Amino acid sequence: MRKFWVFTPFVAFLVMGVFLYKGLFMDPSKLPSALIDRPFPSFSLPSLYEPDQLMTEADFKGEVALLNVWATWCPTCKEEHEQLNKIGLREGVPIYGLNYKDDPQLARDWLQRYEDPYTKVVVDRDGRLGLDLGVYGAPETYILDSDGIIRYRHVGEVDEKVWQKLKGLMEIIAAEGEA
Amino acid sequence: MIPELGTFSTILALCLALILSVVPMVGAYTGNKLWVDYARPLAKGVFFFLTLAMALLAYSFQTDDFSVVYVAQSSNTNLPWYYKFSAIWGGHEGSLLLWVWIQAFWTLAVAIKSKNLPLDIVGRVLAVMGMITVAFLLFILFTSSPFERFLPNAPMEGADLNPLLQDFGLIVHPPALYMGYVGLSVAFSFAIAALLSGRLDAAWARWSRPWTNVAWAFLTLGIALGSWWAYYELGWGGWWFWDPVENASLMPWLVATALIHSLAVTEKRGVFKSWTVLLAISAFCLSLLGTFLVRSGVLTSVHAFATDPERGVFILGMLIFVIGGSLLLYAIRAGSVKSESSFALSSRESLLLVNNILFTVACAMVLIGTLYPLVMDALNLGKISVGPPYFNALFVPLMSLMVVFLGIAAFSRWKETPVSLLSSKLWLPGVLSVVAALATHWLYSGSIEFWVLLALLLSYWIVFTWGREYLTRLRIRKDWLANMTRQSRSYYGMLLGHLGVAVMIVGIAMVTVFVEHRDARMAPGDQLEFRGYTFIFDGARKVQGPNYVSDMARVRVLKDGQPFREMFPEKRKYTARSMVMTQVALDPGFTRDLYIAMGEELENGAWAMRLQFKPFVRWIWLGALLMTAGGLLAASDPRYRKQDKREAAERGSYA
Amino acid sequence: MKLTLLPLLLCLLSFPLWASFETYEFSTTHNEMRYFHLSKELRCPTCQNQNISDSDAPLAADLRRELHRMIESGYDDDAILDFMVSRFGDFVHYRPRVAPETYLLWYGPFVLLFVGFGAVLMVARNRRLRAAAVQDAQVTDTAEESAGVTPLTPQERERLENLLRQDKNL
Repeated sequence: MRKFWVFTPFVAFLVMGVFLYKGLFMDPSKLPSALIDRPFPSFSLPSLYEPDQLMTEADFKGEVALLNVWATWCPTCKEEHEQLNKIGLREGVPIYGLNYKDDPQLARDWLQRYEDPYTKVVVDRDGRLGLDLGVYGAPETYILDSDGIIRYRHVGEVDEKVWQKLKGLMEIIAAEGEA
Repeated sequence: MIPELGTFSTILALCLALILSVVPMVGAYTGNKLWVDYARPLAKGVFFFLTLAMALLAYSFQTDDFSVVYVAQSSNTNLPWYYKFSAIWGGHEGSLLLWVWIQAFWTLAVAIKSKNLPLDIVGRVLAVMGMITVAFLLFILFTSSPFERFLPNAPMEGADLNPLLQDFGLIVHPPALYMGYVGLSVAFSFAIAALLSGRLDAAWARWSRPWTNVAWAFLTLGIALGSWWAYYELGWGGWWFWDPVENASLMPWLVATALIHSLAVTEKRGVFKSWTVLLAISAFCLSLLGTFLVRSGVLTSVHAFATDPERGVFILGMLIFVIGGSLLLYAIRAGSVKSESSFALSSRESLLLVNNILFTVACAMVLIGTLYPLVMDALNLGKISVGPPYFNALFVPLMSLMVVFLGIAAFSRWKETPVSLLSSKLWLPGVLSVVAALATHWLYSGSIEFWVLLALLLSYWIVFTWGREYLTRLRIRKDWLANMTRQSRSYYGMLLGHLGVAVMIVGIAMVTVFVEHRDARMAPGDQLEFRGYTFIFDGARKVQGPNYVSDMARVRVLKDGQPFREMFPEKRKYTARSMVMTQVALDPGFTRDLYIAMGEELENGAWAMRLQFKPFVRWIWLGALLMTAGGLLAASDPRYRKQDKREAAERGSYA
Repeated sequence: MKLTLLPLLLCLLSFPLWASFETYEFSTTHNEMRYFHLSKELRCPTCQNQNISDSDAPLAADLRRELHRMIESGYDDDAILDFMVSRFGDFVHYRPRVAPETYLLWYGPFVLLFVGFGAVLMVARNRRLRAAAVQDAQVTDTAEESAGVTPLTPQERERLENLLRQDKNL
């Protein structure tokens, strides 16, 4: 009995060691979205292009698409813009834009200057929609299915590697939608 | 040239430490006295070369040698000289060098102060400490050398020490804390030496006791300094955040506290031997674990320190070697240790065991809480946060229970204490505590707050039980003064430590429950009144500092309408990193602190100001200081040295 | 380094280092207390380890504003916490909820405590039985000798007797 008990600290430490080792290769700063498999939060906000026109969550339904949260004050957004142009303009994948806590005029200038990969852009000036969506750092990129359900979230820059992963996911989601 | 000498010096220290960890150990096994005798000079050599390395790093800092990467990262020509000095341990690499230098210091101290111990034990102890030094030096040299250079182009100017660290706190907090962490390696080494030699008797407990007391005292002091620093530096007046970094220092403290109590039982009664050894091993292993948690980036709080996974893997390897190895050794050797001594359920032994259980469970709780998010994440169960609400909910009841037993223990005796004796001694302090707690609370505040009442009750319980016990001792003989001086230093150390607990409890409860704060927009001339103080904002002006510019506000404070103080909170902008930070204005006091922090500048010379009234907050650190003093006093008790001398003389006469 | 301040650097490096706070007005002091407590229990998602009250991040300011709005519009604490958790996940609440996957976290320490107290009872009783079998007198010495442990040295015995005498004097 005693012989068995004296080994418990050693065994407990080994178990802890396994988790610590795993922990070395995890990123604790990445949070999964709390809204996975939930519908896109409802909203009624102006469009960037036609400020008089109000958009709602219904505008994000219809096809499997990306939703990109961006702002002109966010340096990483600028870094990933080229990639978004490639995805949206060259590959023809629909990208909805959510212009987050930004000045719409600056946003329009920016899209003029760097090209516009977005099919629709909604203006979330005071960040209310961002809050409902659980945005904690721009840029964030979501995958929405054809019913406007949130299926995936990526936080941080979308580069070619991330895009290949997102693309694969989008194909799977599109396939199950058809089935 | 100088930094290269530093590297060279570190390498020499590593070589000597390698010899130190092998030769005396082999000597102790083969009974070769000559080989064991090498231990002391080697310990001195390691200390010498590491001191040299520290001095050379200090020189690089003072001469602004920005070709050294570490200096360039954490210093600047405009930095005042004393911060250039403390900047040595302001980052990962240098703080690691400080750690290993302190390790060498403790090794040296053991080498010098162990004249009366059996030589084979000294050899083993110093060899084990040498091994720890080797592990850390390898870590420094392979992954984190502070002497690395920018080649071929060195920057003209350094990036400056982080403004948060440009403070007195950085000068004193890390050295004190490391003295504590590393000091625990002495008890650890004694435990390992005892396991290796198979001589797990009461003697090793007596040898370890003074060392453990000193290490524990420094750890207490280090944690308290950190808490005090965070309190005035961060600008929101918290003194404990249950952050993983703080938990990393609290865990070894909890186990070390259990250890100093358990060592008493093992020394005096020869029981709990294997348990005490396990505590001695765990206390130091938890300091090592803390280093890993803080420097590897596995926990969210600590990303800024060292995100390099290579470093993480290296420390983890070291951890597996040191912790895994020692726990395995423990499992193999301690299974056969039997401590035979009888004691009843109602006895001092049982009560000290209860103390140990409570501290160990508290430590386990902190460990579980700290690592739980990591484990959940690793098992894909989602991301959660374990924060202050959890820790407070579990820690407070555990420690309250501990204090209840602490009071009972005052009248306990070894072997067996009749329950009738306990109850006859305890009822009076019990009744008095209830009365005094109610009276004090009523005097301070009209409304009854449960937590404050509980805290006062527990504090009075400690004071009255131990006070009564002390008074009984004073009545042994007629002459009070003689009775007073007859008590040993370790006894007074214990009393001081326990008094510290009582003082700290009051501070914690009072400041948590009765803190009062106002966030207000204040234009020049505006005033705000609470808790009998009137705060009048006179506006802010620009002030030029050595490496910052600041907006300094003037707040006049009136007490009961009479002029009382002028306070000058600041918002500083540090030019090198263009970082802005608040400099709090404090009016410290025995029963309350006034605490003013500046927020943002609003229109027309108005500022957002946060004013706080913090009752009894100083008592928290005062309690910690009393505990520190108690630990040091107990360690200085001459009986340890006398006893060792006598035994050494005996061994001499037998030989 | 075990500097208490370092955890905060991650967050603070990218934001100004001043204590940012708003001067919100509350209709009742009860509401103000609730704001005070809840803002300490909610974790700022951007900064990783700060509550929204202490954090200077813009998102923390948004959350404080939202918290103030909800408290003043009469939501109870549970509704507010649900609101936050449904948007940012369990991560945002510093008090993990009690669920099967957190049983170990919440109840584990209590189990340990009971095991510990059980151990004290067992050890004390066992020792007592053994002592009774050996028959008083020099219990300690005989027991230790039989277990192959070094007996007390004369000095130790003398000290023990001194101690016992001291006890009697009490």
